[in-house]
Amino acid sequence: MSAPPSNASPKRRAPTKRLMAPSVLFLLVWMIVPLAMTLYYSLQDYNLMMPDMRGFAGFLSYELLFTDPVFWDALLNTLLLVATCLLVTVVAGLALALLFNRTFVGRGIARTLAISPFFVMPVVTGLIWKYMLLDPVYGLFSWVMRSMGFEPVQWLSSYPLLSVVMMISWEWTPFALLILLTGLQSLPEDQLEAVRLDGANRWQEFRHIVLPHLGQVLYVVIMLESIFFLTSFAEIYATTSGGPGTATTNLPYYIYLGAFFQYDIGLSSAAAIGAVVLANICAIFLIRFVAGNLNAGSQR
Amino acid sequence: MTSSTVDQTPGRQKGFGGTLLTLLAWLIGITMFFPILWVVLTALKTEQTAFSMTPSFIFSPTLDSFKSALAQGSGYWHYAINSVITALGSTLVGLALAIPAAYAMAFYPSKRTDFTLVWMVSTKFIPAVGVLIPVFLVYRSLGLLDTRLGLTMLFTSMNLPIMVWMVYSYFRDIPVDIVEAASIDGASTTQTMFRVILPLALPGLASTGLLALILAWNESFWSLTMTDYHAATLAVYTASFKSGEGLFWARLSAASVMTIAPIVVLGWFAQRQMVRGLTFGAVK
Repeated sequence: MSAPPSNASPKRRAPTKRLMAPSVLFLLVWMIVPLAMTLYYSLQDYNLMMPDMRGFAGFLSYELLFTDPVFWDALLNTLLLVATCLLVTVVAGLALALLFNRTFVGRGIARTLAISPFFVMPVVTGLIWKYMLLDPVYGLFSWVMRSMGFEPVQWLSSYPLLSVVMMISWEWTPFALLILLTGLQSLPEDQLEAVRLDGANRWQEFRHIVLPHLGQVLYVVIMLESIFFLTSFAEIYATTSGGPGTATTNLPYYIYLGAFFQYDIGLSSAAAIGAVVLANICAIFLIRFVAGNLNAGSQR
Repeated sequence: MTSSTVDQTPGRQKGFGGTLLTLLAWLIGITMFFPILWVVLTALKTEQTAFSMTPSFIFSPTLDSFKSALAQGSGYWHYAINSVITALGSTLVGLALAIPAAYAMAFYPSKRTDFTLVWMVSTKFIPAVGVLIPVFLVYRSLGLLDTRLGLTMLFTSMNLPIMVWMVYSYFRDIPVDIVEAASIDGASTTQTMFRVILPLALPGLASTGLLALILAWNESFWSLTMTDYHAATLAVYTASFKSGEGLFWARLSAASVMTIAPIVVLGWFAQRQMVRGLTFGAVK
C-alpha cells in the first residue's frame, strides 16, 4: 500500500528537508516541548504559592486527581458536552443541508444567514446568550415564555449544561451544515436518477445513495468538531464560569482553575495530560482517516 | 410500493410541499441569524429601550452606544489594533511556514513526508490546555506574557497544522507535471514555487488565510490566559463585559457588533472555498 518511491519527480530534487524544517521546528517548540514539560510537571510536587517545596512526586498528582470528585465531574461534563453537541450539530446540520440542497428563491441569502453563527466569536456568543436570550427576567426567551403564559425558565442556573449545549450547537450546526451541504452538492445526479428509475422511495434514496456518499464528509465533520468541543472554554468562561457548583466545569475549565486560581501546577498538569489522552483517543480515528486519504492520493 | 408514489421525483417537487420547504428553509435561516440581528438591534437602542422586560422591535435607532463604545477611554481601539496585529501576523507567519512545507509534501512525497504531515495534523490533538502551564511559565520567565509577539506565535502554532493541511490539499490538485516541466525548463525550486505554483493555488491560499484569520480573531483561550492589557485582544475586551454590566446592554451590544462584524462579513465571502481544503478534497 505504501507510496512508490517518487523517482518520477524532477531530477534535481527540491530541498524538502529545508522546506519542511521551519514548520516542524515551530510545532516542536510550541507544542511538543511544552507537552513534554506538562508531562514532567505532572510528576512534580509544584505549587506556585510554595515554589521552594518543589520536588519529584511520582504519581501523587494523578492519585490526587483521580480522588478529586471535581475532576470526575469535569470529565463527565466534557464527555456529555462533546457527545450532546455532536449529536445535535450533526443531526441538525444534516437535516438543514438536505433542506438547503433544494433550489429555491434566495437560497444563497438564506444559507448565508444560517451559516453566520459559525463566525461569531465564542465570547460574544456567550454574552449574547447569557444576557439577551437566556436572562430569566429581561431575556428574549423569558419574554416569549411569559407572552405564552408560562413561567420563565432560569436557564443558566436550572439547566446550566443544557444552556451551554444550546450555545455551542448554535455556533457549530452551521459548520456541519456548510460542509455537509457542499458534500451533497457533489453527489452525482445520475446515481440519483438511476435509483429513482429503479423505484426507490425517498428514504431508500437517502439511505443507500446519499448517506454512503456523505460518509467521509460526516467523518471529517465529527472529527473536527470533536477537537473543538473537547476544548470548549470561552462560552463557559463568559457565562457560567463552570458553575453553578461544578455543573458546567469541563476539563479545560478545570485545568484553567487549577493553574490560575489554585496555582497547583502538578495537579493541573496531570489533568492536562488527561485531556491530551482523551483528545488522542479521538485522534486515533482521524489519523487512520488521514493516512487512508494519503495512500489513496499517492497513486496519482 | 406502487410506481405512482415514485413518479414524484423526490427533491424536485413543486407546488404546496415545495413552497412549505422553502418557507421552512427561510425560517430556519432567519432563526439561526436572529441572535446576531438582535445584538445589532440592541446596539441601536438607548439603554432604557435595550434593558426592558418587553423587547421592542420598532424604535427610533440611535448611534449613541456605538459612539460611547468607540469613545476615548473605552479602549476599543487598543484591543482592536491588538486583534488586527495578532490575527494578521499569525496568518502571515502561518502561511510563510505552511506553504514551503505543503509544497515539499505535495510535490515531493515520500514515506517520511507522509509521516510528517500526519504528525503535524496530530499536533492539533494536543488541546491548548495540554500545553497551557509550561507555555505560561516559560513565557513568564522570557517576558513574553502579555506581548503581541508571544500571542501571535501561539495563534500561529494553533493554526499551523490546519494551514499545512489545507494548503497541501490545494497543492495536490495541481498536476506534478507542471512542476516537472518547470524544472526541465531550468527553473529553481524557488522560481517554480513563486512563478508557477503560487499563482495557480492563489484562491486556495486565500481561503486558507481567511480561515486562519477567522480562527485567530475569534480565539479566546490564549488571549484570556496569556494577556492582561498590553496585548489583549477584542476577545478580552468583550469578556470584560461578562459581569456587572447588566445595565449597559446597548453598549455591550455595540462592542459585540464591532467585534464580530468584520469577521462575520469575511466569513460570508470565505464560506464556500474553505470547505474543500478543510475536508482534504473529500468534498469538491
